[in-house]
Amino acid sequence: MEDEIKIGIKSDEDVLNARQQGRALAAQLGFSSVDLTLISTAISEIARNIVSYARQGEMVFRPDRKNSRKGIVVIACDQGPGIPDINVAMQDGYSTSGSLGIGLPGARRLMDDFEIVSEAGKGTCVTMKKWVR
Amino acid sequence: MAVPLLKQGDHLIISLQPGLTDKDWLKLGDDLVEGVGKFRSKGAIIDITALDLIDSFAARTLRSIAYACKLRGTETVVVGIQPEVAFAMVQLGLTLGSIMTALDLEEGLALLKKQAKEKGTRGR
Repeated sequence: MEDEIKIGIKSDEDVLNARQQGRALAAQLGFSSVDLTLISTAISEIARNIVSYARQGEMVFRPDRKNSRKGIVVIACDQGPGIPDINVAMQDGYSTSGSLGIGLPGARRLMDDFEIVSEAGKGTCVTMKKWVR
Repeated sequence: MAVPLLKQGDHLIISLQPGLTDKDWLKLGDDLVEGVGKFRSKGAIIDITALDLIDSFAARTLRSIAYACKLRGTETVVVGIQPEVAFAMVQLGLTLGSIMTALDLEEGLALLKKQAKEKGTRGR
């Protein structure tokens, strides 16, 4: 199985790098071109959240397997301010930074599995997965 | 990454390449909004055929550029959104607001010409 990829995220160049590397791994795993676009768009949104809210963090991409299906796991963690109310942050249009406020709920729609853990003052971790159709 | 502006008659065309950073996006917006005045363009076309994704930042920036051009009297058309990109934008929940879109450069130019004609007729 392919190795995992770790990428430090602290600038808009890193956001670009993350989505390119994530797309490359997903392509190796056999995702369709539509799915590659969905996955790299979700990566872009989540990576951008790290830069906007936590300033820096890390993303990990790795292959996964469920029964006979291949998939990709994307993990994004930071030690930023955390999200006080995740339910509110997951609503479309909610933003504290002047952005469109669709990053988190949008990424959830683009991927198959989506999990977010956040603690005020400690940071945020997003884990999302998509399975090859 | 510098993105060149191409003057085509009364219109200004900008073709975006993949791998644009946020700073590149903001810069090309400034260049276009300034360019439509400098070249006294009646319309502007932003060609995103080569882009493999539009995320919320890119969509917001496209909207801002088009509104800013509109405020300066120039209509903007975004052309070349690829099928996968369109599909991902829908799922993400992105809209381009009231921005005009067209399939490709040819359709975009035709749309701008049609609009200019209608505007001219109304003015008489």
